[in-house]
Amino acid sequence: MSAAPQKAKAGAERIDVTVSAVVPLNDLVTRFEFQRRDGADFPPFSGGAHTVVEMKDGDRSRLNPYSLMSDPADLSTYAISVRRDDQGRGGSLYMHNNVSQGDDMVITYPVNLFSLDLRAKKHVFLAGGIGITPFMAMIEQLERSNGNWELHYSVRSADLGTYTDVLTYKYPNKVHVYIDDQNQAIDLETLLDGQPLGTHAYVCGPKGMIDWVHATGSKMGWPDENVHSEEFLAPAPGEPFEVRLCKSDKTITVGENESLLEAIERAGVDAPFLCRGGSCGQCETDVVASDGEFIHRDHWLEEEDHASGKKIMPCVSRFIGKQLELDR
Amino acid sequence: MSKFDFPPSIKSRPVYGTLTAREGNGHLFIADAHGAEAILDVATPEMMANAHIIYIPRGESFGDKLRALNPAQYYEGPSYAASVTRIQRVLQDAKMGLQVYLTGTEGLMGQAQNEAMQAGIPHTAIQTEHRGSVARRMQCVHCKGITEDVETDPFVCSHCGLNLFVRDHYSRRLAAYQGVCIDAEDPGNVPAAKGIYE
Repeated sequence: MSAAPQKAKAGAERIDVTVSAVVPLNDLVTRFEFQRRDGADFPPFSGGAHTVVEMKDGDRSRLNPYSLMSDPADLSTYAISVRRDDQGRGGSLYMHNNVSQGDDMVITYPVNLFSLDLRAKKHVFLAGGIGITPFMAMIEQLERSNGNWELHYSVRSADLGTYTDVLTYKYPNKVHVYIDDQNQAIDLETLLDGQPLGTHAYVCGPKGMIDWVHATGSKMGWPDENVHSEEFLAPAPGEPFEVRLCKSDKTITVGENESLLEAIERAGVDAPFLCRGGSCGQCETDVVASDGEFIHRDHWLEEEDHASGKKIMPCVSRFIGKQLELDR
Repeated sequence: MSKFDFPPSIKSRPVYGTLTAREGNGHLFIADAHGAEAILDVATPEMMANAHIIYIPRGESFGDKLRALNPAQYYEGPSYAASVTRIQRVLQDAKMGLQVYLTGTEGLMGQAQNEAMQAGIPHTAIQTEHRGSVARRMQCVHCKGITEDVETDPFVCSHCGLNLFVRDHYSRRLAAYQGVCIDAEDPGNVPAAKGIYE
């Protein structure tokens, strides 16, 4: 236990909100806007921050992180844009099918794991699909300080180009849209070549795109510190497994379609978390004993931690084997 | 012998490495005195084709050897102060992918690193290798004056004349170690000066 005061409940502080608007943007993406039920302003946030939305889906409680994509200067409203994933675990489907204007929901205070480096001489944004959302807030933030930025946004088709209309209308010289089914693609090497010293690149999109930008950057001599990325992992399904929680003196079974963290919470154990996507490090848990194989999927632990078998990030990682005992 | 093993110290103290060739669209070398030897060790014809060497000899005679590496650009300056405007101009025009290599004395590396950081390169991405004199660039914490090439501990501040103790506490912003009055409690009671690492 650290000496810091312990919060009453895991995760960031919660805010009671009402859904003030539900705006379908195209076949897959819908924007949800929230206002506080107590009428106060939302806490300020910086571009790149996310909130965790609580969904009461029957007897199941879902907690999904979404980037805040509204203007950080407008604290009367928070907005997220959710892409429907028909093959996903159901969070985005719940938002699309069950949430309507006027509903009461609970979201968390903003947490930023993908912030702008304001020392940058220039910001180059690389978005793939719904990865556009954090950049919507970053762009508004930078526009207020006359920041130097450009956006390169890759979309599957013109119809699925979420916010391409708004962006190209407001910033015709800074926004570049690439449409996959018209054989348009980001020419990354040419784009990175010749950027002024002190440029920072930010990428948000599918894992392949993130890896491509990091690899191309290092090949071209960009320092790692100048290439930022954010990828929220959804917990992957897998074989059910049994876990013993030592401190709580409970034995639980993690179902095929739930994460270890969700199973721990379902058992009534209050485990720490923030991002629920393998990035923030809050849910890091010590392994007391294990006999089997870990499936580590987080971006947080070092490789040696993964290899040691002594730590696990229960929000995204799983286990296959005979026995797993956690210090929780 | 131009290499020196610095004793382990507090976290504030800079740690220097060994220059290695990295991928990039340009290579900027800034060196003084024996730093030339580190450039000669790492240089390859491919690197030199896109290299700019800024060298301050400080009485050493490596200039001809560096020129013989045939870098794309070579500049020899009489002092750091005389070279810094050129360094700033090179960094101002530089593009992402530029690799920066600093080698020689701590004072040279610290000041050049500061310029590179201000130009937008994170300090962790700037390579350094110490060669030659172990003298330090010191800031008097009392009058804020900088004394270059301090070899002894304690030493006399070249600005205010206080007797200063040489600390390992380093400022990346000032590119200087901190010097603190050693006889403030008992003026005149100053231990005999000795080499910093003796």
